[in-house]
This record gives sequence, C-alpha cells and structure tokens, in this order.
Amino acid sequence: MADALFLAISVLTIGSAIAALEMRSLVYGSIALMGTLGGVAGFYVMLDSPFVAMFQLAVYVGSIAVLILFTVMLVKRELIFKKIEDPKRKFAGIGLMLIVILALGAVIMDSGIKTISTDSDPVDFREIGGDFLTYYWPALILMALILAGSVMGALVLARREDTIENEQ
Amino acid sequence: MSNELIEFVLVSVALLGIGIYGLAVKRNAIRMLFAVEIIVNAANLNLVAFARFMPHSGGQTLALFSIAIAAAEVAVGLALIIVAYRMYKNIDIADFRSLKG
Repeated sequence: MADALFLAISVLTIGSAIAALEMRSLVYGSIALMGTLGGVAGFYVMLDSPFVAMFQLAVYVGSIAVLILFTVMLVKRELIFKKIEDPKRKFAGIGLMLIVILALGAVIMDSGIKTISTDSDPVDFREIGGDFLTYYWPALILMALILAGSVMGALVLARREDTIENEQ
Repeated sequence: MSNELIEFVLVSVALLGIGIYGLAVKRNAIRMLFAVEIIVNAANLNLVAFARFMPHSGGQTLALFSIAIAAAEVAVGLALIIVAYRMYKNIDIADFRSLKG
C-alpha cells in the first residue's frame, strides 16, 4: 500500500501538472511546472536513485524552468495572460485524456506487474558512473556533441539580424 | 521498499494523460512545450521505476541520457518559439500555419 509521503508527492506532481497547463498566467504556469519536475525528483529519491534525482534537479528545475521563465518574459504582456485554446476541443481533449488514462490503467492493472515488489538492494550510483565511462562512452561523446550543436543552433536561431545590420 | 511498482506506473500514466490533454487542447506554443516536458518526465519516471524493481543500472543510465537530450530539445524549441514570435508577434500556433519567412 502507498504510504503518506508517496501520496503527498503524487498529489503535488499531478496537481501542479494540471496547474501548469490550466493557470491563466504563463509565469505561474512555469512555476507550477517547476513543482511537477521537483515532484518527479522526489519520486526518484523514493526509488533509491539519488544520482538521477540530483540530475533532474540540476537540469530540469535549475536550468530548463529558468530558461522557460526567461522566454515567457520576452513575450508581450497581453499574451502572457491570454488563454489561447480551442473551446471546441476542450471536452474532446478531456475525453481523450480520460480514455488514455482508463485504457492504459486497465491494461496495467490487468497485467502481472501488480504484484511486483522488491527487497533487493538498490543499484549503487558508482555502478552507473562506471557504465558511463566503459560501456556507454560512445553515447556519452555523441550526447556531448548533440548538446553543443543544439546550443549553437539555438543561439543562431534566436539571433537578431536587424541589430547586427544597424551596428554595421 | 514499501511502495510497489504499480503505484509509480499509475502516476506515470496520469502524467501521460495530462500531457496528451495539453497537446490536444492548448494552442499556446509555450504551453505545448510544457505538455511535452510532462510527457518526457512520465517516461523517465517509468524507466527509473522499472530499473529499481529489476534491479538493473541500465534504466537509470538511459534516464540520464534522456534528461540531457530533453534539455537540448527545450533549448531548440524555445529558440524556435522566439523566432516565430518575432515573425508573427504572437505565440498562437494557429498563426504559424503558413510557415513562410
């Protein structure tokens, strides 16, 4: 049975995920998204994976949420507070959500993973570090290249050409 | 370990459903990016949960790679939104339909 801490973190995660999508202001929405990401980090701690939890806090809550906040600040004031959505699609979207949750939930409840629990020791994070540097080293280098390339691509995309022409 | 695998998987399913709802209903480009983030987090939670109950280190490694790639995806996605905002002065994706420069 789920304990109180698990229930609290799942209410925080799911509630702030709904708030992130439904709050009128984009600024509050992105702060609620931070709550979702932090709640997922809490789940990682409960799953005895502190390394992934630390990564989640550093990358998601630390950098991605701040990046989103800065982008929201670049947008016009009226657009931040305006709700842009299809009213016609709203009920269809809620129906789709319920169908997905109920169908997947029914399949999962019917499958064999209902009874799986474990008493074995958690994986040591030193093992993950060893995996990174031995078996997964080509993937690690590729990931570094992809990150560098995507940051350069983002900078090139967001560059303002008109200001450069003015300076010349 | 007091919690069972199914509880984490059900939370992950709920997050997936909320993300799909956001992608289907919202027309705000930044909010659609929120929905994508929620879906990616649901997938990562699944990976780590199954890795804990196997137990095997592969799931955590894959989750770390996934988090790093998601960071790159958000950087590029936000840059695209900024470019589109500069062009159309709006973040409604209905306005982005004609992708001409």
